[in-house]
Amino acid sequence: MSNRLINWFRYASPQSFYPLAGKLIPWFWALAALFGLTGLYIAFFVAPTDFQQGEGYRIIFIHVPAAWMSMFIYLVMAFWAGLGLALNTRLSGMMAQALAPTGALMAFLSLWTGAFWGKPMWGTWWVWDARLTSALILFFLYIGFIALQAAIDDARRADRAGAILALVGVVNVPIIYFSVKWWNTLHQGASVSLTKAPTMAATMLWGMLIMALAFWMYSIAVALMRVRAIILEREAHTEWVKALPEVRGSTS
Amino acid sequence: MNAVLAVIRRDLLLAMRRKSEVFTALFFFVIVTSLFPLGLGPEPALLKKIAPGVIWVAALLATMLGLSRLFAPDHADGTLEQLALSPAPLGLLITGKIAAHWITTGLPLVLMAPVLGLQYDLDAGALGVMVAALLLGTPLLSLIGAIGAALTLGVRGGGVLISLLVLPLYVPALIFGAGAVEAHLSGLGAAGHLSLLAALLALAVFFAPWATTAALRIALE
Repeated sequence: MSNRLINWFRYASPQSFYPLAGKLIPWFWALAALFGLTGLYIAFFVAPTDFQQGEGYRIIFIHVPAAWMSMFIYLVMAFWAGLGLALNTRLSGMMAQALAPTGALMAFLSLWTGAFWGKPMWGTWWVWDARLTSALILFFLYIGFIALQAAIDDARRADRAGAILALVGVVNVPIIYFSVKWWNTLHQGASVSLTKAPTMAATMLWGMLIMALAFWMYSIAVALMRVRAIILEREAHTEWVKALPEVRGSTS
Repeated sequence: MNAVLAVIRRDLLLAMRRKSEVFTALFFFVIVTSLFPLGLGPEPALLKKIAPGVIWVAALLATMLGLSRLFAPDHADGTLEQLALSPAPLGLLITGKIAAHWITTGLPLVLMAPVLGLQYDLDAGALGVMVAALLLGTPLLSLIGAIGAALTLGVRGGGVLISLLVLPLYVPALIFGAGAVEAHLSGLGAAGHLSLLAALLALAVFFAPWATTAALRIALE
């Protein structure tokens, strides 16, 4: 048992995580490409045309995974932030910082593709509907987190201040979601749910799930690349970073 | 409890010595709400419809104005460190500071709001609901705002940053606060909205001083 614990904590140090992340990144990129190509093939060639929405519905293969990821990444980010606050590990704060831009990108993508979908379906680019509004506010929360971290020069203080903001945000996200929901609802109800049979064709569902996996792999790969860059930046003064071949090559 | 009262008394005394700050926020609130009819036209039906939203948005912005001054002067002259070192729990003292902030910025807004509501042709019932909603909502704004103020303490461009952090978190207060008046005007009754506001306030009273204290300790390191 103690042996396993030590193994886990070994990778909590930036020095041992850096090479591990380097080894994992190509795998996640490969999986992202594999799932992405499969998902897009299903999306464009296999999935049938929707009898109501025509070809335009195919944007959900990007829209829904992006929306899922935007919410999920916020949770993961808050998890790392909370862990960093509780255990005072350096890597956790770096992970939270690395995830934030990807999460913001996903939130933005879901809003943008949603606008493209809304124009032909609802006849308008934007409606003040509950889900759209809470996605927009989630985007603002990401921007606030990134701005706060960028404004604080001391990296450790930035991590901990960001962690508190992320945790406050996580408490607030459901409150915001329900308050906006009671405020106004026009968005179509969730088509995919765990409790009842989905109301969409099986191939569409599969395409969407595979695209979600692709987004997932992409997010992990990008976050790991970013965390490696953050490690290099923050640990630039240490001997092990100076001894890295890629660092020696660029400075000499 | 004595320590809390002492902190409230001290902050109120300081506010009374520098009255201009209190009045700046209050007049900001009055001016912003008076600008909307000039921009939108003087039709009573339209004004009546937008009144709750306008007054609430103006209240959010007016509360924001004072937030960056909530901890900054105490941080600059070392009072905050003395509070952190005192035997009374910092969380309680911070609650006192937040209460004082509400009394100097939130309470004047609540008292001024009915007068502004009259400009927007709201009747007595709607005015009463609006005051009740503001009475529950403005402490919520002070409590949530304190977290943002603590996080941005001593940070570059803190004043602008604080609005970016705090305004998204103000959304539920805005929705239920303005919604209460609209529900009353449309004949649905405002009890549900007011209960939700009170529930949010209870949550915030419990959690916000705690998060604020954690953020202040980070800033004091």
